[in-house]
Order: sequence, then C-alpha cells, then structure tokens
Amino acid sequence: MLQKLLLGNLTLEAIPLHNPIIMGAGLFMGLIMLAVIGSLFYFKKWTWLWRDWLTSVDHKKIGIMYIILALIMLVRGLIDAMMMRLQQALAVGDATGYLPPEHYNQIFTAHGVIMIFFMAMPFMFGLINIVLPLQIGARDVAFPFLNSLSLWLAVVGASLINLSLIVGDFAATGWLAYPPLSELAYSPGVGVDYYIWALQISGVGTLLSGINFVVTIFKMRCPGMTLMKMPIFTWTVLCAMILVVLAFPVLTVTLGMLFLDRYFDMHFFTADLGGNAMVYINMIWIWGHPEVYILILPAFGIYSEVVATFSKKYLFGYATMVWATASITVLSFIVWLHHFFTMGSGPDVNAFFGIATMVIAIPTGVKVFNWLFTMYKGRITFTTPMLWTIGFITTFVFGGMTGVMMAVPAIDFQMHNSLFLIAHFHNAIIGGVVFGYLGGFTYWFPKAFGFKLNETLGKCAFWCWIVGFYTAFLPIYIVGLMGMTRRISHYDAATGWHPYLVVAAIGAGIITCGVIFQILQLVISFKNREKYRDLTGDPWGGRTLEWSIPSPAPLYNFATIPAVDSRDAFWVAKQRGHHDKQTSNQTLEIHMPKNTSAGFIIGMCSAVFGFAFVWHITWLVLAGLVGMIATIIVRSFDMHTDYYLTLENEG
Amino acid sequence: MSNNSDTMDVFGFWIYILSDCVLFATIFAVYAALNANMYGGVGLKGLFDLSYVLTETSALLISSFTCGLAIMAMYKNNLKQVMLWLMATFLLGFAFIGMEINEFINLTAEGHSWQTNASLSSFFTLVGTHGLHVLIGLLWMAVIILQLLIFELTPVLRRRLTYFALFWAFLDIIWIFVYIIVYLMGAI
Repeated sequence: MLQKLLLGNLTLEAIPLHNPIIMGAGLFMGLIMLAVIGSLFYFKKWTWLWRDWLTSVDHKKIGIMYIILALIMLVRGLIDAMMMRLQQALAVGDATGYLPPEHYNQIFTAHGVIMIFFMAMPFMFGLINIVLPLQIGARDVAFPFLNSLSLWLAVVGASLINLSLIVGDFAATGWLAYPPLSELAYSPGVGVDYYIWALQISGVGTLLSGINFVVTIFKMRCPGMTLMKMPIFTWTVLCAMILVVLAFPVLTVTLGMLFLDRYFDMHFFTADLGGNAMVYINMIWIWGHPEVYILILPAFGIYSEVVATFSKKYLFGYATMVWATASITVLSFIVWLHHFFTMGSGPDVNAFFGIATMVIAIPTGVKVFNWLFTMYKGRITFTTPMLWTIGFITTFVFGGMTGVMMAVPAIDFQMHNSLFLIAHFHNAIIGGVVFGYLGGFTYWFPKAFGFKLNETLGKCAFWCWIVGFYTAFLPIYIVGLMGMTRRISHYDAATGWHPYLVVAAIGAGIITCGVIFQILQLVISFKNREKYRDLTGDPWGGRTLEWSIPSPAPLYNFATIPAVDSRDAFWVAKQRGHHDKQTSNQTLEIHMPKNTSAGFIIGMCSAVFGFAFVWHITWLVLAGLVGMIATIIVRSFDMHTDYYLTLENEG
Repeated sequence: MSNNSDTMDVFGFWIYILSDCVLFATIFAVYAALNANMYGGVGLKGLFDLSYVLTETSALLISSFTCGLAIMAMYKNNLKQVMLWLMATFLLGFAFIGMEINEFINLTAEGHSWQTNASLSSFFTLVGTHGLHVLIGLLWMAVIILQLLIFELTPVLRRRLTYFALFWAFLDIIWIFVYIIVYLMGAI
C-alpha cells in the first residue's frame, strides 16, 4: 500500500535483468554517461558546462546542443535499424532470429519515433538555430529564453525514450501508436505511456520553437530585407514553422485524448462504448503529413543555398522556388487521407486525396528543375555539401516517383502496409531530409565552430551513405512488390524474400560505415582544427549574410546590423568590392539577453512529471507540475533579464 | 529597442493564440465526430440546465468586460482602478469555474461521467479544456495582481496585462462557441 503510494506501478521487475540485449545496451549507455560525468569531474568542467552551455540562451550554442542530441539519437536509431535488418536477414523458415517478437515490435516503434522526433527534428532545429538569425542579419531570435526551454523539452523527450529501454519497456505499437492497439486493453504496459509523454513534452517544445521562429523571421529581418529578398533557406524555414504552429496543436490533442483514454478510462478511441479509432487515425495524420513537410522544406532550403554557392550563380527561379514552397505548405494539409486509402472512405474521397497528393509533385518538380538549371553552366565545385545535394536530387526524384505511384488509390490498395511503402518513405526521408541536414551540417560547420571538416572523409561518408542506401532499399522495394508486409519479425523460406533481405542488411551495414566515417571526420577535423581553421569567415565563397561575419560567429553576431538592398546581399557586396569587415570606430552598446537556468529547470521538472505519469506516481506528478509552474512564476518576478554588452573598438 | 520588442512580443502572443485556436478546433472536431456516440446512454440534451449555463456564461462575459475596463484604466495610468477591475475579473472568473466544476460533479454523481460513453468523454474534454485555460488564466491573474502591488505599472507589466487581456478575450470567444455548439445546439 505504502509502496503503491510512493512508487505507483514502479517496481524492480520493471528492469529487464533477464534480457541480455537490453541490459547490454543499458550498460553501454551507463558507461558512456559515466565516462562523460567522470571527465567533467576530472577536467573540472562543471561550471563551464553550466554557465556556458546548459543555461545559455545564445541561439548558436542552443543550435549546437540540438545537433549533439540529434547525432546521439541518430546512432541510437541506426542501431535499432541494424538490429531489425539483422533479424530479418536471419529469421527465415526454421530459424527464428535472435529477437523475440515483442522485443522486435518495440525496436521498430522506437526506430521510427527516434528518427523522426529525436533525430530529424532536433537536427532541423539545430541548423535553423545556428543559421537563421545570421541569415537575416539579426542578433538573436525573438524569444531567447523560450528557445532554451524548447531545447530542454526536446532533450527530456529523448531521455524518456532512452530511459524506457532500461526501466520498463517502450511501445510495441508502431511509430504512430494506432488505437485500439495502443489502448489500455491491448497495451497494458508502460510502453505507450512513455511514448505519449516523450512526444507530448518534446511537442510542446517544438510548438514554442515554431512560434519563436515565425516571429523572428517576420519581425527581426535587417533593414532592406523584404520578404522576397530573404535567403531561400529562411523562406523554407518560415513555411515549415507556420506548419509547426498549425499542425503541432493537433498532435497535442490527439495524444492528449489517448492519454485520457488510458488514464481516465474515457472512450475516444476504444473499441467499445462509442469510441472511434478512425478519429485518431485521421487526426494523427492531419498532424503527420504536414510533419514530413516540416522536415523536408528546410532541407530544400539547404540544397538551394548549397547549389547556388557551389555553382557560383544566383539560384535559378527564386520567385518560383518561393511559390513552390508556399504551395507545398498549403497542399500538405489536404493530403492526409492518402495514408489510409484502404480504410473505407469510399472512391470519391479517395479520388480527391489521391489527386491532391499527385498535385504536390508539381511544385516539387519546379524545385528540382530550378536546382538543375542553377547548376547548368555554373562553375561547380564538388565539395561535400554539393555531393549531398546532387545525391539528393537523383535519390529524391526516385522516391518522389514511387510516392506519386502510391498516390493512385488503386495502386495503394496493393502497396498499403507493404515494404514498398517503407522503401518509399525511407527514400524520401533519407534521400531528402537526412542528406540535406548532413549537407547543411558540413556547409555551416565552420560558421558554428570556426574550422572546416575534413573533405576526404566527408566524401567517403557520402559515398557510403548513398551506396548503402540503394543497396538497402532497392531490395526492400522488390520484396514489397512481392507482397512482404511491414513489421514482420519472421517469415517462411518459400516466400523467396530471404536473399533480398540479406542484401538489405548488407546495405544497412554500408550506411553504418558512412556514419563511422562521419564520426571519424569529426574526430580528425577536431584534432587538426588549426589546419582547417576558417580565418576569412567565408570559407566557401558564400552569398548570404551569415558569411559576412567572422567564424565562429561572435556572441552578438553583428557588431553593426547590416542593411541590404538585394538578394544574396553578401555576394553583391563582394562583387561591388565594398564589403567592410564589420569595422566600426565607435564603441557599441549591444542589447543582449542574460543566461538563465529557468529553461533547464523547467525541463527537468517536466522530465519528473512525465516519468511520474508513466508509472502512476501521483505525488511526483504534482511535484513536477508545481516545479514547472513555480519556476515560471519565479522567473516572471525577475525584471532584469537582459543587459548591455559594451563593445570597444576592435577594428 | 523596447518599442520594437513590444510589438514583437505581442505578435508572438497572437501566434500562440492562433495555435491555441487550432487546438480547440481539433477538440471541437472530435466533439462533432463523437457526440452522437452515446452507446445507449442518455443524450446530452437531457443533461443540461440551460438557465444554469446562462448564468455561468454571463459571469464569464461580464468578466471580459471588467478585464477591458482594467486595460482602459491601465491606459489612464490609474493603478488603483486596474487592481479593482482585475479583482472583479478574478472573482467572476472564479465564479465561472466554480459553477463549471459544480456542473461536472453533479453530472458524475448522476451517473453521467466521462467514462460512460464517447459522447460524454468528448463533452468533458471540450468543456474541461476550456476550464483548464480559465484556471491557468486565474493563476496568471493572481500573479499579475501580486506583481502590480510590488512593481506598479512598469512597461513589462503593461505588456503582460495586454497579453492577459488578449488571452481572456480569446477564452471568451471560445466559450461562446462552446455555449452555442455544445449547450444550445445540444438542447435542440
């Protein structure tokens, strides 16, 4: 009784001591954490960590922390992927592989959730944070404190998922947790609860970031930068952030109702008492389809910047690029039903959503031709970011075509839930989103850290990724056409799938080599950072304002706020030959936000809150809630959240 | 600088309200989809006392009016009046939420809880989410009143009062939709 009161449903049995794979993974994570904590003590870096990073409201540092989170989760998601590929390559006929079905189910759920929410989203926000204020000539984002809070909410969400590996288990429902399977009657464990709270907490952070960047872009552009003079990356971010503001509340409501079903015995999506699972499936995709555009649009922006820079030309068709982005933004809200053509909406509804889906190919095609024409007659230098871009154009066009195929409801009835679909969206997400973010990471790395990354290793990573991608996913397309459905942990030898799945596993291995090359690239470039140091601030011959300031960007970004009168303002200034190196002769007073621990503390309280909800520990839920509210109120009493930085004449 | 950041902050708050609109729109959509799924239970029609809800509604609408008066007083730099009207707003909001909780308790006691069927689940969630917003508004108001006592009408507090007034008016508008769609249309 007392134990129930103090610990809710949490008991020692929640830790799966009998499972060597999970305990091994847990031990590995524990060792890494111990190593990090140990070295912090050894090098006496705790104050540095706290003062310079955890409490920082500097958008560049927040961006770097987002990307660290994304890279860690990329490795975690990749390990999940390798485990699945290995299981499918082994578990044929009499062999059952090394993963029991209930564990396999958790792995494919975790892989999807991690890759979308805790790899791609933080990676995107990391790049946006580092680059966007610099591109529009701003000193910071609109709400620096909210920015720090968003980061910590994302970290908490990711931590809850990693915690579920060791304490309890994760959802075994697939990455969107369709009811009635995700209801208490069919998923009585804590897995879905971890899912709900990891996504709710990080989702609130995403929404706050969305609001933050919409305001930043609308209100903080430097003088002269009209909307149609904004860099294209800024445009795509604006559209993606508008999608965030409009789509994420739907996710909050959907997961909130699943929570009410599970905790308060409501009947939104249950199989009895009037509940309707299709309401959930509709709503989750009303959020989910815009979500994939939230991820891909900034990637499109990155390609546009990269392709113009390394072709030494203006981006071809700037205005059409903007209009294409805006049309995709609008269209993304009227295609959600194509995720469940087979679920009985009838031919008329299916026809509407099928056509709407195909229409998206038009603005996307416009973009592809714009990139191609930008390269046409350009002086192309084949740097790593450019390779990612070219790799993207071919791969993404392929993935887009299979998407248009499946937009035809009649074809979709054959493909639905098959591995063909899995191959399609990996084609679009790896070839589109991941290539873009990795390219953008290489491209803007010098601006964040002050030195370039090793090009040779970067190119090795690229080739491993692209070769590995095709080796892994072409066979998946084929077994999908042969009728293999998704989420299978064991199959019969007579299906003839086995050879293809072995090839797919080899492909996943090649992708893993790519990731190893990237880790190697980071280590070697860091070791030789003096050799790779970027002294000019403009290592690639850039076109937009972020390259007009030194690398790494100073705390205040711009000593004097620039004024622009054209697109590619920095390029034009260089052509005219009067780019002043930000030298000014007077002493400057720069308005800056103070660091604050409030974001970090609210984040930690939300972690307690979420964890307590998962295990039904009522007093701890209240403690977490009170902690969050109290921190916000205490912060609201602080009337001195900013200061003036005095900048002496350095020029 | 401060002038510029003022308009920026208010713009940000408007975007937040936009996202909250989407949140309520989604819950309304779910209510529309599920409110007929009574699973053999009593329809919402038989459960409401319209005159009670009208009193509740009046309390909230009048509280919006008094909140407006508080903002007017803020423009006139009359701290005393600001406090007075804010407290009136607080009491009316408190009355509203008290009546709502009372309604919920009565419904549950009569055997019509959120666990009964999907229709009641969506009813409790829609009305309850609005109620939760009002509750947060009350807490916020209490903090602002306390801060006005300490700091008086500083630019920061003026800005927060402006946000609060926006938020409170927004909740009013949402309630009008709740009143019409849930209660009036439910009573037909």
